[in-house]
Amino acid sequence: MSPILEGQGLALRFGAVRALDDVSLALWPGEVVAIVGESGSGKSTLLRVLAGLTAPQSGQVLYHDAEGATQDVHALREAERRVLMRRDWGFVHQNARDGLRMGVSAGGNIGERLMAAGGRHYGNIRTAAAEWMARVEMDPARMDEAPRNFSGGMQQRLQIARCLVTRPRLVFMDEPTGGLDVSVQARLLDLIRSLVAELGLAVLFVTHDIAAARLLAHRIVVMRHGRIVEEGLADRVLDDPQHPYTQLLVASVLAA
Amino acid sequence: MSALALEVAALSKRFTLHLRGGLSFPVLEGAALALRARECVALTGPSGAGKSTLMRCIAGNYGADSGQILLRHRGAMVDLVTADARLMREIRAESLGHVSQFLRVIPRVPALEVVAEPLRARGMPRAEAEAQAAALLARLNLPERLHGLPPATFSGGEQQRVNIARGFVAHYPLMLLDEPTASLDPANREVVIALIAEAKARGAAILGIFHDSEVRARVADRLHEVRPLEDAA
Repeated sequence: MSPILEGQGLALRFGAVRALDDVSLALWPGEVVAIVGESGSGKSTLLRVLAGLTAPQSGQVLYHDAEGATQDVHALREAERRVLMRRDWGFVHQNARDGLRMGVSAGGNIGERLMAAGGRHYGNIRTAAAEWMARVEMDPARMDEAPRNFSGGMQQRLQIARCLVTRPRLVFMDEPTGGLDVSVQARLLDLIRSLVAELGLAVLFVTHDIAAARLLAHRIVVMRHGRIVEEGLADRVLDDPQHPYTQLLVASVLAA
Repeated sequence: MSALALEVAALSKRFTLHLRGGLSFPVLEGAALALRARECVALTGPSGAGKSTLMRCIAGNYGADSGQILLRHRGAMVDLVTADARLMREIRAESLGHVSQFLRVIPRVPALEVVAEPLRARGMPRAEAEAQAAALLARLNLPERLHGLPPATFSGGEQQRVNIARGFVAHYPLMLLDEPTASLDPANREVVIALIAEAKARGAAILGIFHDSEVRARVADRLHEVRPLEDAA
């Protein structure tokens, strides 16, 4: 078995700031990896670079597809990269508004992604959209309503349904529970946890929530000042942190 | 003689507290231990001697600094000290069971699913996994009306039984048990003693910490004393 995604020697500067300083990271099929760190640690930049959304100044990102071919993500043409993102990948944004089309109905948001991936039969698409709304614990009877009619937590569920309906192999998530009420976060985390296990997805997600990382991730990567300072089994990184910065992060949360 | 299931050699573990000015203290130095299949060994020693630390190093929850922890996995002896996160996950799914002292509760997930999860992770269909989980929970006298509820609101003893069921539902060649009977009543303690005997009978090696001396006397074939290190400072 080979990794599904590999970042090698990634570097990116914003002016004097090293957002990524020689970062390498591999993600394996079925593996859930959390990238943790404080604001400005470079964790979101790393996610965007690995997801092909931001180009690195040096280093490369390799994607190994289901057919066994390897693609250099940042060397692909724009059209090829879009196909990859529609067909094999999903991206869940922190703000649901960035991942949804707010002018399109809830069901339309899910169906649109299916159509983009080649679905043509209207009835089937509508049925799939209703099924996915139920799966993310939304009322399918509300599929014709606009996203703005739903709460923040519901919009996030809708974004997840839109992302997963095409059965991606690899999903990127940027603070998927950020900005939500704590009770809503717990439900959403649990939903993500069960869907990820059920579908056997590889997931790379960014969070500043240590408890979320423990709950969802198999492996944790700790970033600081654009570098990976520690990584390993999720429970080991949290229960036996080695790097001073990881010890500080773990000590700063209540009962993670 | 039965096959070697676990061999710990020259194992050292030190904690360095960077938030306390780099205070550093050793807990294990040169620890050694061997366990054969069908054998239950109880760790003894005073509180703070490093029994739990040794157990957690074997479980992969703590990273050892040096030495070896050789465990039989897929027919070969694999060193857990140098195993990466992926290999450790695989070992935990197939070869190394661990009943920790406390259940780490996952919000909203019903007890039955918590217990069935190790079987599901091995690819067993949901219905079959949940049937086995339910049978084990029933054996541990957890009322059926609780099976569908998340354990967050359960009593300490009920959570402990969920934890034990989760640890015993799948079979592993090596099981680590940290105080498995601590908060149990006599009837459930008997069930745990029986579960340990059955695990041994099917070939498992068991390493445990049992503060209850009666339980320890009944399940352990042998004691292994963990001695506190001389005050290094």
